[in-house]
This record gives sequence, structure tokens and C-alpha cells, in this order.
Amino acid sequence: MAQENLSVWTSIPFWRRSAAWVTGFATILLIWLTFDTMGQISMGTDADLQQRVTKRVPAATVINYHIEYKMSEKRGHEVPVIGKKEPFFGKEWSPKEAAALLHLGKLTSQAKNCMNCHTLLGNGAYFAPDLTKAWLDPAWQKGGALQPMTGKSTVEEAMSEFLMHPSQYPTHARMMPDLKITADEAKGLVAFLKHMSSIDTNGFPRNFSKTVDQFKTGGTNAH
Amino acid sequence: MLTSIKTNHLTSSGQKLGMMYFRVAMVLFGAQLLMGLIAAIQFLYPGFLFELFDFSVARMVHINALVVWMLYAMIGSVYYMLSEETEHAGVAMGLGKLAFWVLTLAVTVVVLVYIFIQIGPGKESTIWLINEGREYLEAPRWADIGIVVVVLTFYWNVFATYMAGKKTGIMTVMVANLMALAGLYLAGMFFTDNISMDQYWWWWVIHLWVEATWEVFVGTLAAYALIKIIGARREVVEMWLWIEVLMLFGSGILGLGHHYFWIGTPEYWWEIGALFSALEPVPLIAMFVHVLYDWGKEQGGSGARETVKNNPAMAWLVTNAFGNFLGAGIWGFFHTLPQVNIYTHGTQFTAAHGHLAFFGAYATILVGMMYVGLQGAYGVKEMKSTFNSKMAIFLITFGVVGMTVALTIAGYEQVLVERAELGGGWNAFFTAQDLPWYIQAQLWRTIMGVVTLVGFVYLVIDLLTIGKKAQQAEA
Repeated sequence: MAQENLSVWTSIPFWRRSAAWVTGFATILLIWLTFDTMGQISMGTDADLQQRVTKRVPAATVINYHIEYKMSEKRGHEVPVIGKKEPFFGKEWSPKEAAALLHLGKLTSQAKNCMNCHTLLGNGAYFAPDLTKAWLDPAWQKGGALQPMTGKSTVEEAMSEFLMHPSQYPTHARMMPDLKITADEAKGLVAFLKHMSSIDTNGFPRNFSKTVDQFKTGGTNAH
Repeated sequence: MLTSIKTNHLTSSGQKLGMMYFRVAMVLFGAQLLMGLIAAIQFLYPGFLFELFDFSVARMVHINALVVWMLYAMIGSVYYMLSEETEHAGVAMGLGKLAFWVLTLAVTVVVLVYIFIQIGPGKESTIWLINEGREYLEAPRWADIGIVVVVLTFYWNVFATYMAGKKTGIMTVMVANLMALAGLYLAGMFFTDNISMDQYWWWWVIHLWVEATWEVFVGTLAAYALIKIIGARREVVEMWLWIEVLMLFGSGILGLGHHYFWIGTPEYWWEIGALFSALEPVPLIAMFVHVLYDWGKEQGGSGARETVKNNPAMAWLVTNAFGNFLGAGIWGFFHTLPQVNIYTHGTQFTAAHGHLAFFGAYATILVGMMYVGLQGAYGVKEMKSTFNSKMAIFLITFGVVGMTVALTIAGYEQVLVERAELGGGWNAFFTAQDLPWYIQAQLWRTIMGVVTLVGFVYLVIDLLTIGKKAQQAEA
């Protein structure tokens, strides 16, 4: 291969150099994009929320606000919309309290291994429902199937009651096991879920739970 | 494989160490299949082992055993080829042997804790001692640190031996790639309350392993194996290897973007992820062509049939060429564009791709390397496939392809019913899970899982007996 007259296409040094350049270039581009993304996905502040500055990942105090998931004409998919203040477990949480609660919730989500049945942001296992927008699921809202089952009157209380005693509230043959979740951990988990639902996921999941009711009542738009 | 512990023709301590890694890899492979079977049964009979050994536990051990057996077999393969490639006996191999025992002890403790303790309270101590709760990277932090120390020891063995010995192109790629592979693990060793940030760095480990550095690793193994098994010309093989590195890293590094469509990261990842991940199958086609072309070329000469020196290893290598292209390339491309992925993300589609890709791209070539190792350990000139070798490769491949097809159908039903029709959510999820189409697919997945397990039993028997048979045949 060392002969001078050989084509460049069969030259090992040529391909070695090309491999090094391409790898280096791709790596540098990835690192540059990573810096940009880090800036865009670092958690916002409480001041951002008060001044209505939209962040892709809002501050933990987003748990004090009403959250909706609405179609954006401009972006062509649903986006989280942060609305008026609403109490969370009957109170408003200070930035410090909210951050501590979110911390407990995220930690508990890992300690209880949620991700090996559920998906979070679509990643994990496929044995149980995706939790990305679980906070906004119609099933947990007033009139949904799950809230009255727990005998509670708010989404957060219904969810935390379920998380503490999941196998007492069977909805299907496939049930969530009792993971010895304490009352505090359950509150933390609900805060974690509410926070996750406020993250701008570029429209995932699409058309979230829109047509469930139609489907259940016979399934149709026909009249 | 077991008797080779005593009656060993290997003179290099690195190759002996490689065989030790292979043995543990096979034990973990078995554990992976058993756990997968439990999890598959739980889809059909949700009461099976409920609140005793839940799906989350079975699934965690299933995927961890997968990653760890592959890492064991990869480390084993490197130790095996090291002294041959560098023509050097190996630096600090005693330390490498110690690291093997430390790692094996740590893995045993981690698995026992997974199985018997399972979960802990929502405290830092849980992620330090029990389980980190991040898919694939569940290993508790103490074990993470242990793994880093062991891997550094392993890397020192490889690097120092490379520096002291002959520097082939294959080993140059290996040494550089292993550094990236080991370094990436560090990106998964921190805790954050920000789930988007968490997932961003989590993918650095997962994606840049399985869709970049592990693929390059497979390229180097294939290069070594082609020279070893069919006597392919080193110049040709090494030139292909550099082209593969160029294409794998050129597409795979920025292909990372296809995991950043929906985790809170900006929209520009749609275009970057779509473009580069769509290119990811290209090097897999190249690898496929390369293996088959070389095989055909070497077979075409005079005395053709004698040129394959290790039939079972070659069979697994060819299965790798097909499996990598189909499982990683085609099944990956199926759902890599954001327009499709918004519906497929988080469905059994991903599981279908995962099964065929891990098997096709990695399990196949690593099993092939075990046969290469056995040939050396028994000092056999020519290794012929036995009945067991053929049953093993046929049943395992058939089983995994069957599982993949079943999961693809399950995923397709989920995409259409749960996602497109009902828009996701609690009710949509269970509506889709309860449809006969889905349940039928899960039943077939379980049946095919049993087929895979039967194939695995044949494989174990073959690995334990083929060496002696070949020795007797040659004597």
C-alpha cells in the first residue's frame, strides 16, 4: 500500500486522517450545541414565573400555578401554558420549600425505580403509562375515573393517595405495586410530576388524551 | 469452556484472563434471559410474582445483566486479542486479574441487592447504596466508582501493552475508542432535580456507547476476527476499519440528536437528529458488505473450504453483519425521524428495535469471539460447527427475530390506537394494552423468548464441549 502510484481511495493514511477530522469536527459541534442547550434547559427562576418569562424548564415554584397543555398555532403542536396561581396541597410554596419538595420527588422517583415500568419524557419501560403529562391527564381531573376512586377532591391529593396505596385502587389486572411510599415522598412525587408537565417537550405527547371520551362512549363522530 | 481452566493451551496471561471474562459473561447472559422471560410473562399474567418480584425489578436486572455481560465479553475480547495484536505478553496483567475479581464481586453484590432489597426510601443513601433508578445506569454510586477504578486498571493494561508492543491499526482504533467509551461513563454519574438535564446527559452515556463507541468496537473486533478466521489481508481490513470509524462517528456522534426531540431540549435537535441518525445505517451497510465480500473472496480461491478456520465463529460474525444492519440500521431508521417518532417514542417499537439491535450488533459478535477464544484455549487448528453450535445459532437468532417481529406488531398497535387515535394518557394506554392485537403480540413475544432460551442452553452446552470434541477430532 505504500507504493506512490496507488489511488488515494485505497490509502490507509488518507482514511485515517479523514476519520480523525470527521470525528473531531462532529465532537466539537456536539460540544458547542451542548453549551447552547444547557442554557436553554437549565431551570428557570421564581422571578421568571412571576414576570411571565417562558422557560423550557420552569422553576420548582411552577407547582403554585395552574398548568395547561394547549395547541399553539404558531408551533403546530401543544405547549404547556402556565396560568393563574392555584394552591398545591392547600398552600402556596415558597421557592425554597418548592425546590426541596421537587428534590425529594425526583430522588424518590429514582429510589422507587419508577422508570423500569413507566416512561418519563418517553424514556423508560413500557409496562405502565407515560408520566410526562400525567399531571394533566383527564383521568385524574374532576369527572375522570381516578379521582373519585381515591375519595379525594383535588388532583394532587388523589395522586398522592394512589401513590401511597396503589394496590388498594386497582383499575386493571395490571396494577402498580405498593412501593412503601411515605406521605412526604408522595407529595414530592406529585410535585415532580406537576413540574415535569410544565416542561416544553416540543409537543410530545401529541393530541394528549383528546379523544378518549369519544372512544369510550362508542367511539365515534357519527350522528 | 470450563475444562479449559485446567487444560489450557493459552500461554498469554491476557488470553487466560479474557477467557475468565467470557465465562462470567455467559452466566450473566443466562440471567438476562431468565429475567426477560419473567417480565414477558408479567405482561400476560400481571399477577405473576406481584409485590414479590415486580416487573420493575425483573426488567432492571434484565437490562443490567445485558449491559454487564456485554461489557464483560468486550473486555474479555480485548484481553484475548491484545497479546496477539501487540506481540507483547502484556503489562501489569496481575493487576488486571485482581481487577477481574473485584469487578465480579461488585457485580454479584449489586445484583443481590437489586433482587433482594430492590428499592429504598427517597434519600441520597438509596442512590448511593441500592439503586440509582436511571434506566440502564441503575448501578448504585458506590458501584459506579468501583467500575471506574476497574475500567482504569483494564485500560492501563491495554494502553501500556499497546505502547510497549507493536502498534497495529486495529489496536490504535481500539485504544482510542476505549478511552472515549470509558470516559463517557462519567457523564452518567451525577444527580440533578432537573429531569431534562438528567436525560440530556443520560443519553450521552447510552447513545454514545451503543450508537458510536460500541459500534466502532464491533468494527475492530470484526477486523481482528476476519484476519484470524478467514485470513483476510490486514491492509484491506484496516483500511475498511478507518472508513467505518469515519462513517460511524461522523453519523453517530450528532445522531445523538434523535434522543433530544422530546425531553425539553430545543427544536433544532429535530433537524440535526433526523439528518445524522438517518445516516447511521450507512456504515452498517458498509460493515455488512465488507464482511460478506471478504468472506466470498477468501472462499473463492483454491482449496476454498479450508480457509475458514473457525466455523461457528464465522457463522456468528456473518449473523452480526446481518443483525447489525437489520436491528440497528433498519429498525432504528423506522422510527428515527421526528415526524414518526412523536408517535413511536415510548412504545414497544423501541423495545423491538432494542432487542434486535443489541442482539444483532453486539451479542452475535461477542459470542463469535468466545468461539475464537475456545479455539485458542484448546489449541485447535480448525474448529468445525457441531450439531449444538447449529441449534444454538439457529434457535437464538430465530427467537430474537421472532420477539422483534412480535414487539414491532405490539408497537404498531400502540402507535395507531394509543397514540394516533387516542392521544396517549392513562386511558389510552390501557385501552391499547387490553386489545387482543396487543395481547396476541405479547404472547408470541413470550413464546419466542422461550425459543431463545432453549437456544441459549444449546449454546452453553456447545461452548462447554466443542473444544474437547475438536481436540479429539484432530488427535
